[in-house]
Amino acid sequence: MSTTGPIKQARKSLLWLGVIFLISAAILVTGVLNGKTTFAPKLALDLEGGTQMILAPRVQGGATATQEQLDQAVEIIRDRVDGSGVSEAEITTQSGRNVVVSMPGVPDARTRQLIQASANMEFRPVIIAGGFEAVPEDQRTPAADLPEPTEKPKNASDTNWITPELFKQFEAYDCPAELGKGADTVHDPSKPMISCEPDTGAKYILGPVEVPGANIADSYSEMARSQQGAVTGQWAVNLVFNEEGKKQFADVTQRLVSLPGSQNQFAIVLDGTVISAPTTNSVIGDGRAQITGNFTEESAKALADQLKFGALPISFEIQSDQRISATLGADQLKSGLIAGLIGLILVGIYSLFQYRALGFVTIVSLLVSGVLTYMALVLLGWSMNYRLSLAGVAGLIVAIGLIADSFIVYFERIRDELRDGRPLPSAVEMGWKRAKRTILAAKAVNILAAVVLYIVAVGNVKGFAFTLGLTAIIDIIVVYLFTHPVLQLLARTKFFGEGHRFSGLDPSLLGVVPLYQGAGKIRSFSTEADAARGKKNASAAKEAERRQTIAERRQAASHGVATKQDDSADKDSSNG
Amino acid sequence: MANLATWGNELYTGKRSYPFVGKRKLWFAIAGVLVLLSILVPVVKGGFNLGIDFRGGSEFTVSSVEKTDVTVGEQAVLAIAADHHPSVTNIAPNTMRIQTDKLTDDQSLEVAQALASAYGVTASEVTSTFVGPTWGADVSKQALIGLIVFVVLVALLMAAYFRTWKMSLAAIIGLLAVVIITAGIYGLSGFEVTPSAVIGFLTILSYSLYDTVVVFDKIRENTAGFADQHKRNFEELVNLGINQTLVRSINTSVVAVLPVASILFIGSYLLGAGTLKDLSLALFIGIIVGTLATIFIQAPLYAWLRHKDADVVAHNKKIELVRQEA
Repeated sequence: MSTTGPIKQARKSLLWLGVIFLISAAILVTGVLNGKTTFAPKLALDLEGGTQMILAPRVQGGATATQEQLDQAVEIIRDRVDGSGVSEAEITTQSGRNVVVSMPGVPDARTRQLIQASANMEFRPVIIAGGFEAVPEDQRTPAADLPEPTEKPKNASDTNWITPELFKQFEAYDCPAELGKGADTVHDPSKPMISCEPDTGAKYILGPVEVPGANIADSYSEMARSQQGAVTGQWAVNLVFNEEGKKQFADVTQRLVSLPGSQNQFAIVLDGTVISAPTTNSVIGDGRAQITGNFTEESAKALADQLKFGALPISFEIQSDQRISATLGADQLKSGLIAGLIGLILVGIYSLFQYRALGFVTIVSLLVSGVLTYMALVLLGWSMNYRLSLAGVAGLIVAIGLIADSFIVYFERIRDELRDGRPLPSAVEMGWKRAKRTILAAKAVNILAAVVLYIVAVGNVKGFAFTLGLTAIIDIIVVYLFTHPVLQLLARTKFFGEGHRFSGLDPSLLGVVPLYQGAGKIRSFSTEADAARGKKNASAAKEAERRQTIAERRQAASHGVATKQDDSADKDSSNG
Repeated sequence: MANLATWGNELYTGKRSYPFVGKRKLWFAIAGVLVLLSILVPVVKGGFNLGIDFRGGSEFTVSSVEKTDVTVGEQAVLAIAADHHPSVTNIAPNTMRIQTDKLTDDQSLEVAQALASAYGVTASEVTSTFVGPTWGADVSKQALIGLIVFVVLVALLMAAYFRTWKMSLAAIIGLLAVVIITAGIYGLSGFEVTPSAVIGFLTILSYSLYDTVVVFDKIRENTAGFADQHKRNFEELVNLGINQTLVRSINTSVVAVLPVASILFIGSYLLGAGTLKDLSLALFIGIIVGTLATIFIQAPLYAWLRHKDADVVAHNKKIELVRQEA
């Protein structure tokens, strides 16, 4: 009897499962020991408590935002949130349409406003530059010496914009403190403003807006070239203006190029903060400006991106805003876990009821799936920052039923094979061969649904789709590497192989020839199998003829005989 | 369970057989009426009971409440936003839900504070949700896109796997019936339709087709090479397949429904409303309807779609001859 084949195979499969398990566990334990992760999966805000805002970008002109714009929007919002002093905020895009801002606790009204405000970029000329910090009180200009406007300002660089109040404010302005508060985006474009440049540590009084950011057509970074076209080794940021911007910029540079000192600079202001304030070297009439300086490749690209995307007036509309109390989150997690436990117990009881001892195989397989899922969640939380949400917990609970389904499909197939008169070991092999196909096809449908759901889903549902898909994959692994090999091994045991009445595979209950040939005389399945392989056992053949099975139909077909349907009743299973 | 096993044996051998295919006209008529009712009932009732996510507005949940007094909450809201029609409900033990029209940001913070002091809990026990009016519509639109993409992909997948588009077609038609009937039951019962429920519907598609694939796989196996035997005609083979998988269908749907039912139970009694309950409610109805649909609609529909195929017609004639001779 060829018992070594399947048993060897089964051991190999179990070994593989062991390897997968050990590797995952080793990674996990190493991570925990190094303090990189914990043993608990990361929780989403609805289970942990906190605030989650889903923002829909609104691009001027009603166009939809591109992924690039969204990514930039995320950057802009991240800067604002970080600037407002909120730590551990997570800002991500979702489904290529929305921006999701999640943070612990409840943000104040100011932070909330900032998050929604549109990115606002503008070019303003510098009128006065100063130090980053506030001038110490005793060193400030006395009231009598404050600059007083003598006439109406003639242009944006005119010092007549500076009123005594503005100058006093300028001297008292403390950049580190002001930036810490986050940007205040409301500045009248027709009035001067005070602004800071964090990169260089400068503070300015800026004139009114001369070129709005919307007039930038493009911006990119590249290596600067000398007049001869040789690469200078310096990084530069290129600006391309549209027609309107080209004219405006020509006018500005025309004026600025001859102005002395700081007044020669024009400041690029994003959300009220100066991101760059280059000096003007020449009149630029073609709408193509190049900013050079101490750029690295990265900083040049960052500035180019800021110019390109910061100029896009994207504002955000709050689609949904949830502030979840930590208590509610903990309650929900607890309830979810209770629901899962009850579900697991119910499925376990039903499996035992339906499949007797085989039900234990279902239960243990579910536990193995549970352990693998748990490890996957922790590892994904660590590597991808995956967070388990309430909907994700729901997906896990629903998955209990879906995973158990595949065992049922398999067990029923084995029963079908037993009904066809096969001994258990070969019923397991044949049943598996058939069930495998069905399970894979059915799981493919599940995975497909999960992927589609994940891609289109908005809000919390992504978590649901994710766990549903994850468990479908784990289910396949467990069925292949655990449930089937375990059954292969169990099929060789006396308890299952001889079809004990509590095994769930009792052939007499399944309408197969009784095992007992006489008092105390037990016919073992292995001899039966041998006999069946050599020459069809007469009684089995007779039995088979009575039944409408695949095997029989094929047999009948090959003989070309047609017998009447339902010609006999099944043998009473209790006799013998 | 000896009886179910014996029953399973009889179904398997064909000794006992239910005329799922034979009485298909009856099943189709019932399904047709149900689909029609499912479309009409919500229309007559004036649409679905749409949740706050579809209407837009603000919602507060206060946990750890000791005294679940509705008027306390109403007064707290009215003191801040007099014209915002609060609806206060005790959704679960120690939990109150307060829904209002859309509040401004400041109002929303104030109301949360007011509710916390009114119910004598700390501010951290108050969960607030604000939903813009377009949110629900966005979710529905996405769900609809999801539905279409999924149906197309799965139709192709099934056609490729079963190597016949007729199985695919039968599965999809049945699927649409499942979705419509489930939605109808939702509309009839007045359960609130939330984005979670909408997603529950999408998940039903997955379960329903999963079940169909399993049954169709048996049918495919039974009908493979059907022309080479003269015992049963095509229709009888399909019917045998449904009967043979009946025990499995019952077991899998019971096993699938049990965890869902436990979420539903826990969700309703401990949490009141929310993601878990809405999702599980849609799934609970959908799994049951989906299982029935496979047996009564999808499989018989496949038999019917094939009944005029040349090979099936020719085979039927042969069977008739054989049976007359016998």
